[in-house]
Amino acid sequence: MRRLLPWIGIAALLFLLIAALAPGLLAPADPLAIHPTQSFRAPSFAHLFGTDESGRDIFTRVIHGTGASLLIGVSATAIGIGLALVFGLLAGLGPRWLDFGTTRFLEVLFAFPGLLLALLFIVVYGPGVVTSTIAVGLATAPGYARIIRSRVLVVRRAPYLEAATVLGRSWWFRLWRHLLPNVAGSLFVLVTLGIGQSIVWASSLSYLGLGAVPPAAEWGAMLSAGRTYLTSFWWMTFFPGLFIMISAVATTLVGRGLQERSRDS
Amino acid sequence: MTALVSVRDLSVSFGETKVVSGISFDIEPGQCIAIVGESGSGKSVTARALLGLTGGTVTASRLRFDTTDIADASPRQLQRLRGRDIGFISQGALVALDPLRPVGREIADPLRLHGSLSAAGRQARVLDLLTQVGVPDPALRASQRPDELSGGLRQRAVIASAIAMQPRLLIADEPTTALDTTVQAGILDLLERLRVEGAAILLISHDLAVVSRLASHLLVMSTGRVVESGPTQRVLADPQHPYTRSLIAAVPTGRPRFSRLTSAPAAEPVPTDPAPGEPTSFEQREVLAADRLCKRFGSLRAVDDVSFSLKRGRTLGIVGESGSGKTTLARLVLALERPESGDVSLLGEPWTDVPESARRARRPRIGAIYQDALSSFDPRWTVGRILADALGGAAGVPVLLESVGLSPDSAGRRPRHLSGGQQQRVAIARAIAPRPDILVCDEPVSSLDVSVQAQVLDLLDDLQRSLRLSYLFISHDLGVVRHMSDDVLVMRDGHVVESGPTGAVFGAPQHEYTKGLIAATLQLP
Repeated sequence: MRRLLPWIGIAALLFLLIAALAPGLLAPADPLAIHPTQSFRAPSFAHLFGTDESGRDIFTRVIHGTGASLLIGVSATAIGIGLALVFGLLAGLGPRWLDFGTTRFLEVLFAFPGLLLALLFIVVYGPGVVTSTIAVGLATAPGYARIIRSRVLVVRRAPYLEAATVLGRSWWFRLWRHLLPNVAGSLFVLVTLGIGQSIVWASSLSYLGLGAVPPAAEWGAMLSAGRTYLTSFWWMTFFPGLFIMISAVATTLVGRGLQERSRDS
Repeated sequence: MTALVSVRDLSVSFGETKVVSGISFDIEPGQCIAIVGESGSGKSVTARALLGLTGGTVTASRLRFDTTDIADASPRQLQRLRGRDIGFISQGALVALDPLRPVGREIADPLRLHGSLSAAGRQARVLDLLTQVGVPDPALRASQRPDELSGGLRQRAVIASAIAMQPRLLIADEPTTALDTTVQAGILDLLERLRVEGAAILLISHDLAVVSRLASHLLVMSTGRVVESGPTQRVLADPQHPYTRSLIAAVPTGRPRFSRLTSAPAAEPVPTDPAPGEPTSFEQREVLAADRLCKRFGSLRAVDDVSFSLKRGRTLGIVGESGSGKTTLARLVLALERPESGDVSLLGEPWTDVPESARRARRPRIGAIYQDALSSFDPRWTVGRILADALGGAAGVPVLLESVGLSPDSAGRRPRHLSGGQQQRVAIARAIAPRPDILVCDEPVSSLDVSVQAQVLDLLDDLQRSLRLSYLFISHDLGVVRHMSDDVLVMRDGHVVESGPTGAVFGAPQHEYTKGLIAATLQLP
C-alpha cells in the first residue's frame, strides 16, 4: 500500500495536468455559457456534477478551472521558494550580522498568521488573481526560508565541503557543485508538498472575494458563489471543494513518496 | 567446577539469513573467554543470544545460564536475569546511555529494579561503584548527563551500571574500542579485577591484543562459524586456521616499519634516484616544515609552540590522546585554520602566511584522509564522480581505483554502499589523484577492524614507496604510529612532550608521559 500511494498521487496529478492543459478534451462545452432554463439541476448523466444558478455545467467549470488553480498554486510556490532562497542563502552563507538580521526579520513575519499576511498585501495592492498569487507566495516564504537556512548551515559545515577545500576547489565551485545541489535535494520534496498548500490558500482568498472574481471558473470563486445555496444545492460547493482536496492530497502523496525514496536510496 | 554458562550448537538466523551457526562453549565462574572476529562475523549476535536480545530466531540444543534455560525462559525470567545475574557492557557508550538522564540515575537503575536498597543506600552505592571503576570526583559525575562526560568516562559509567548488582556473568561487547590507550588499559585492569573476584566474563572484540590480555580461551569467528578455538596461549603461539593467522599478522604493534601486515605481496618500489630498495634514503629534501605554531580556542591552548620538519618519502607520526591537539595541528597544516603565531612552509615556500587565493593553486601538493571517510564525500556523488572530479577527468578513474585495490566497477556505486575499508580506499584514491607530495592522515584507521586496518596500512605503505609520498600520520594508537613512522612527535595538551626518530623515542623514552603511553600499549604475547 505504501508503495502504491505515490502512484495514486501521480495518476491524480496527471489527470489534473490534462484538465489544466487541454480542458476541452474532458469537457468540450463552454464553461461560461448560461442556460437559465436548466438552473440548479442535481448531478445526473447529462450534468455529471449538476448545474449552478445560471444553468452552467459545474463539471465543465471545475475542469476548466483546473488551469487557473494549478497556475496559481505553482506560481505562488515558485514566488515563495524564490524569495526564501534569497533570504535563506543570505542568512546561511552571509556574515553573522546578516544572518542575525534576516532571521529576526523572518521571525517578525512568522508572528503573523500566513493568511493574515496575504490579506495585508491584498489590502495594499487590491484584489485579483495576480495579487492573490503574490500574496500567497509572500505568506509561505518565511517557512521555506527558515528550512533553507538551517539546511545551508548543516551542509556548509559538512566535512565534504572541507575535503573540497583541501583539493583546492574555489568558493564558487563548492557553492555550485556541492552546497546548492545538496540544499536543493531537500527543497524538491518541499516544493511538491507546497503546491497543494498554495492551491488551498489561493482558493481561500478567492472564496473571500479577494482573488479570482465570478463568473471566472476558478475553484475558490465557485465555492464562494455556491455558498449562498449551500443548504439547498450542495453540489455547487461540493465538487469544486472535492477538486481542491484532490489536488492537495495528490501533491502530498507524491511529496511523501519522494521523501521516502530519498531516505531509502 | 561446573560451568555457569553452557552453550551447544547455537544458531541464530534473521529471516532466511543464518548469521550464527553451530556455536558451542562453556564459561566457568572466574573465567574469561573471548570471541574474536571482524564486524559481521556474528560475534555480537552470539553474545546477545545469552540475553535473549537477538530479535532473530534462536535454536540451540543447549543454551543455559546456571539452571535457567534461556531458550525457553519467559520474558519475565529473562528480565530478572538481565542486570542482576548478567551484566552487559555494550559497544558504543555514546548511545548506550540515555542523554536526558544523569548518569548516576542510570547506574542506580539495576539497584532499583533488582535490589532492596533505600534511595540513600543506592546513592552511596552509585558513588562507590563510580570510585571502583576509577571515575575521579564521583559525586559531581553522578549528577552529570552523558554529553558532559568524555568517551572514557561514559564507558566507565556503562561498566559501573553493568556491575552494580555484582553479576555472575559479565558480557563485554567491544568495551574499549575507540578509547584512548591509557583509558583502555584502565578498563581492562578493572575487568581483570572483576574476574579475579569471581565473575565470569564473555569478551567480544576484533582486537586480538585486547583479548589476549584477559581471556584464557579464544573462539575465533568468521562468517557465523567458529573456525578455531582453544586456550589463548596455544591459539596465539600456534594458530591452525589461516584466518587466525591473518588476524594475528594484522596487529601492527611491535611490527617493524615496512613489514607487511597482510599476506599480499609488497609493491615493487619505483626505482628512484638513490639506491633502489632503500625507501628511506630518498633525496632528503624538506617538503613540509612548521615553525612554532600556536592556536588557541578561547582560553584553551589547542596547539602550543609546535615545530617539526618532514622530508620527502618519510613519515612523521603524531601520537597523543584525545584533546592533545593533534587534529587541530592537522587543520593548521592543511591551512583550514589560521595559526595565531608561527607558520608552515610547503616545499620551501610560505603556506599559512599567504592568502587563500595564492594557496589554491598549490593545494594539490598536499592531500588529506580522515577518520570518517564517508562524511568526507558529497552524498550525492558516486565513487566515479568523486574520483573524476579529483582527477579533472573520467579517463584515469579505473587505473586509480585499481591502484588502491578496488575493482573498476565500484565507480558506479555510492560510497555509503561500500564497507568501511573500501570507503577509506576511495578516500585515499581521491587524495592521491592530484599527485600530491604530502598526505595528512588524521586517524585513518581508527574506526576500522584490525584486519581491515592492516590492509589500509599496507596500502599506504605501498603508495608511499611507489609515489614517494610524505606522510603526516596522526593517531592515538601508539602501535599503529610506531609501525608507520620514521620520526615521531608525542603530543599532550597542545604541546610536544617528546620528539625524534621513532626507534629512539619508543626504545628509550625520556618523558614520563611517553613511558606511560608505552606501558599502556597492548602487545601480543
